[in-house]
Amino acid sequence: MAEDSGTLWGLVEEFVTGQQDSKAAEVASGVKDGDFTVLQVVESLGSCLANTEPRTRSRGVQLLSQVLQQCYSKLTEKEVEVLVVFYENRLKDHHLIVPHVLQGLKALSMCDVLPPGLAVSVLKSIFQEVHVQSLMQMDRYTVYMIITNFMKIREEELKNLGADFTFGFIQVMDGEKDPRNLLVAFHIVHDIIAKHYNLGPFVEELFEVTSCYFPIDFHPPPNDPHGLTREDLILGLRAVLTATPRFAEFLLPLLIEKMDSDVQSAKLDSLQTLSAACAVYEQKELKEFLTSLWSSIRREVFQTASEKIEAGGLSALQSLSSCLSRSVLTADSEDYLDTVLNNVLQDCKHHLCEPDMKLVWPSAKLLQAAAGASSRACRKVTSSVLPLLLEQYSQQAQSNQRRTILEMTVGFLKLQSKWSDEEDENGLGAFKAALCSMVYSAVTDPSSQVHLAAVKALTVLGTQKGFLSAADIDLVVGHLTRLILMETDLQSCNAAIEASGSLAKIHPSAFITRMIPQLSSRLWTEPMEINANDNNGIQGNALRIRCLEALAAVSTHQSIVRETVPILLDYVKQAQEGKAAINSDDIVSVCKSLHQVAVQCQPDAESMQFYHNAVVPCLLSLTVQAAIQESGTPSTEHVLLQDAVVSAMVPVISAACTYLSPEFGASSVSRIVNLFLDGDVSLLSENNFSCKFQPFQMDASTEPQSRLVALLMACVCSLPRKVEIPHLVRLLQHLLSLSLSGRSSFAYSTSSKCFAGLINKFPTGEPLDEILQDAARRIESGLVDEPNRIQAITLLAWVTKALILRYHPLNGQLTNRMIDLLSDRELGVSVADLFSLLVSDSADILNKACHADIRIMFRQRFFTENVPKLVQGFHSASRDDKPNYLKALSHVLNSLPKQVLMTELPSLLSLLLEALSCPDQVVQLSTLTCLEPLLLEAADILSVHMDTLITKLLSLSSSPAMAVRITALKCMLALTKLPLHMLMPYKQQVIRALAKPLDDKKRLVRKEAVEARCQWFLLGSPGS
Amino acid sequence: WVGKMVVSSQLENANPLIYQRSGERQVTALEEDEDVVDKIDDREIFDILVRAEHPLSLEELNVLEQIRVKVSDEESAVSVEFTPTIPHCSMATLIGLSIKVKLLRSLPERFKVDVHITPGTHASEHAVNKQLADKERVAAALENSHLLEVVNQCLSARS
Repeated sequence: MAEDSGTLWGLVEEFVTGQQDSKAAEVASGVKDGDFTVLQVVESLGSCLANTEPRTRSRGVQLLSQVLQQCYSKLTEKEVEVLVVFYENRLKDHHLIVPHVLQGLKALSMCDVLPPGLAVSVLKSIFQEVHVQSLMQMDRYTVYMIITNFMKIREEELKNLGADFTFGFIQVMDGEKDPRNLLVAFHIVHDIIAKHYNLGPFVEELFEVTSCYFPIDFHPPPNDPHGLTREDLILGLRAVLTATPRFAEFLLPLLIEKMDSDVQSAKLDSLQTLSAACAVYEQKELKEFLTSLWSSIRREVFQTASEKIEAGGLSALQSLSSCLSRSVLTADSEDYLDTVLNNVLQDCKHHLCEPDMKLVWPSAKLLQAAAGASSRACRKVTSSVLPLLLEQYSQQAQSNQRRTILEMTVGFLKLQSKWSDEEDENGLGAFKAALCSMVYSAVTDPSSQVHLAAVKALTVLGTQKGFLSAADIDLVVGHLTRLILMETDLQSCNAAIEASGSLAKIHPSAFITRMIPQLSSRLWTEPMEINANDNNGIQGNALRIRCLEALAAVSTHQSIVRETVPILLDYVKQAQEGKAAINSDDIVSVCKSLHQVAVQCQPDAESMQFYHNAVVPCLLSLTVQAAIQESGTPSTEHVLLQDAVVSAMVPVISAACTYLSPEFGASSVSRIVNLFLDGDVSLLSENNFSCKFQPFQMDASTEPQSRLVALLMACVCSLPRKVEIPHLVRLLQHLLSLSLSGRSSFAYSTSSKCFAGLINKFPTGEPLDEILQDAARRIESGLVDEPNRIQAITLLAWVTKALILRYHPLNGQLTNRMIDLLSDRELGVSVADLFSLLVSDSADILNKACHADIRIMFRQRFFTENVPKLVQGFHSASRDDKPNYLKALSHVLNSLPKQVLMTELPSLLSLLLEALSCPDQVVQLSTLTCLEPLLLEAADILSVHMDTLITKLLSLSSSPAMAVRITALKCMLALTKLPLHMLMPYKQQVIRALAKPLDDKKRLVRKEAVEARCQWFLLGSPGS
Repeated sequence: WVGKMVVSSQLENANPLIYQRSGERQVTALEEDEDVVDKIDDREIFDILVRAEHPLSLEELNVLEQIRVKVSDEESAVSVEFTPTIPHCSMATLIGLSIKVKLLRSLPERFKVDVHITPGTHASEHAVNKQLADKERVAAALENSHLLEVVNQCLSARS
């Protein structure tokens, strides 16, 4: 012990007189380890605390405070008491000492064992002895922390101080300037109010001491280490100002004044603060200020050019209206909601009669904001505004004006649905007849603009629960049908289709009886018939496409799906039988519609199952039948077997299989696999065939059958991974053979894709490795086998892609093989093109929707592993092969996220510039596309290459390919964002050169040239 | 661009008449065809002048209307009439100058650019037209760095 106290004396001595700051930590750890007690530290400091030199005393207190900050949790109640008394006394000491005293008090304010009464006593001493605002920022912060800590652990004691505490704090923070301190001070004031400390007579003082910072005008310095934002302060202060209705009489006049400020942010802050205040106010706080508040809000919304301020004003009015709506009225008090709404109506309503003037929309928005606050407000406003709008509609003759009136009406009608749930009668009943007749007349108006608005109105009316009678719904559906079938304006027609989609969900039976039969019958109308009946009608083909789109769009309810799917399938059936003159475009459109229906069914398992059972066997039946008919006659191709048609069926079948339940999926897939492997036709509805279905038999006569492997792919590659595929290994063997020796490119490439899709999901293990080894061997022998080389590289590319996605170890080896093949005299060009396949998303397989195994960041990984090899290959390649490497490289670069490219740009830039000189237009285009976004962010790297870059871009702006010219000019525009000093040397040259594309023969090129040239003109000019 | 200036020149009118904006020009299949020649047409010139403006554009204030923009690609001639919002609009020359500069920068050199006030819509119509037609004056105006600054501000304030 004696030794310990000797050590302690030594440390203290070195800290105080030796000025060695590190000794404080040593003392603290001594106390923590139990080598000495806090009281011993005090004793050892004895002489220096009594020293006449303030610096020495200050040093002593500093040591003690630093020790306490480390060890406050170990103090006993007795020790705390002694120390508090000591520190309180020291507050009266020399000003040099006070900061250290505060540090000590802060440590003590965190002690749980603080004896009762001491918190109050410390605060009293601080309020009395310390003039807080003459302290340094740090020390003021300490004071706020002491108060915060006491409020946390001694709330009751502090409240016993009564209003003295509030007053004391007001004096502490009065004049505070530092934003960091203000944020804490705002929190304290907020707590004082929210936790119901006694404010006594100091409400106004408390408001003054905080509201003087409103509106916050603070701009953090760049690279602010404290990370304090203007927004933090605004929200902190707003919480204080809106914490109590007792501030209302001071706050509201302040807000009214600041809304009139010239500073936009002050206006916005005022409006938002008003919204927040309305959440806690009642009618009695607001009533005196209602007139001024309304006129300020109105002025701002009417005058402003800023969307933010408009939104702020509207939301303030809504809060105001909703505050008045929820206030409880005493028997004799006036209803101020009525008063305010009357003001709003009076000032805004008449503007609705001038649909050409600027104020029409601000007025409508204000009325809608006020009405949107409550059911009561809504009823009052709409009952006054709707009759006016209805009357205006009949008085205004121009279609512009009618459209504006309809659009406003839609806005008011939409508000109704917000409240109709709680009220039986939503107040619209009285206007039903007039509204319907306005909308029905609008929907037959000659102007398409008016139609568009009318269709929106129809949708809103039709979605209001129970508003329209069955007869009205029939009428609405009739109008929509007419627009879809007869309307020449495409926009109106599309709006009608969209509206039908939303309404069909709610009124399926009306659509089934009124619209679907009409759509279905028009599918078969010959162009001649239409011309005879209606000269202004839509021509046959366009009409058919509309009907197909509409049939798909209305399939939003299970009962409708059961109607529309058979109609669509019937169309395909007719094509199979060759009954009507149906071409491949028609079938492709039908498939698009079927796909849309599938996507709409996906959320509903029952609809999905119906869809799957109806669509998949039917399409397979029809195509298999067509393929068997065609066997042996490869020259006349059946419409259902054309590439475009089969490809269009792929997404349909995919979408029908993606979300199947495991049990249902397993039974369905097994029948499909049996069909393809063994020719088992039990799945098909029509199965009386003249010969066997043998898609994997590779001779000329079964070639049409092999194309249907695409449909097999659509099914087996999109199933959830849980669904087991029967005979998988045998299936893979067949696919492999077809991939390598298929005759038509459609057959062998879809077979490759199917193989890849299955391999991607095949569980890791020996069976997979064997299959892959076998595939790799057969690809290699395919590559040396003259007639089938192109098949081999196609399969190689797809298998490589499947493995890259799942990070299979073999992917590196296969990718290397592809890189090697870039210098193959015969295949190099095709292989380069296939690189785009490796890194881009494919639409039909190996994507997320098909449940493929895709690891995150696979592109980055592919990039880091292979780009160096491509670059090296480029440098060592012969002149003829270099373009292949560049092309492969630009495909890879194009698929990468910009951030990743940025880091690699320096090493690649010279290569990219070289690629710009490559005569291949595909390389030029993809390099330009890749460069454009990078130009903005790579100023430093680009600066040494400016000469080359500008020369090349300007020369590409007269390329024979339009897309290259456009992108080159876009790059020229992007360059103008670079630092001025890099551009100025080229300004005149560029402006001269860009005069030429201004006269390009293509408008789209001229547009880019105009934009680029005008920006170059502005560089470095005054006023730009 | 010039919209801002026009708006500020008539702040006294808080509730002006607003004209419909024409929609974006739709790209046609012909425009995407490499081999077809697209002639410079009225709409193209109009779009150069009014593209992307906010909140109130020259089009909405009716300063520019498509029917008052005429171009002949064969004859390499453009004529644009603009209508000041009020007959004493002090900004008329500046608006005209901005239109002229924008066209000079955006059209091939072969074009003759004629910008003038819609007949009967401005008190000093004749004087303004004369200035706008005078090559030397336009050139001199563009040498005047203060004027150039205002014109450039108009041309660069795209939103």
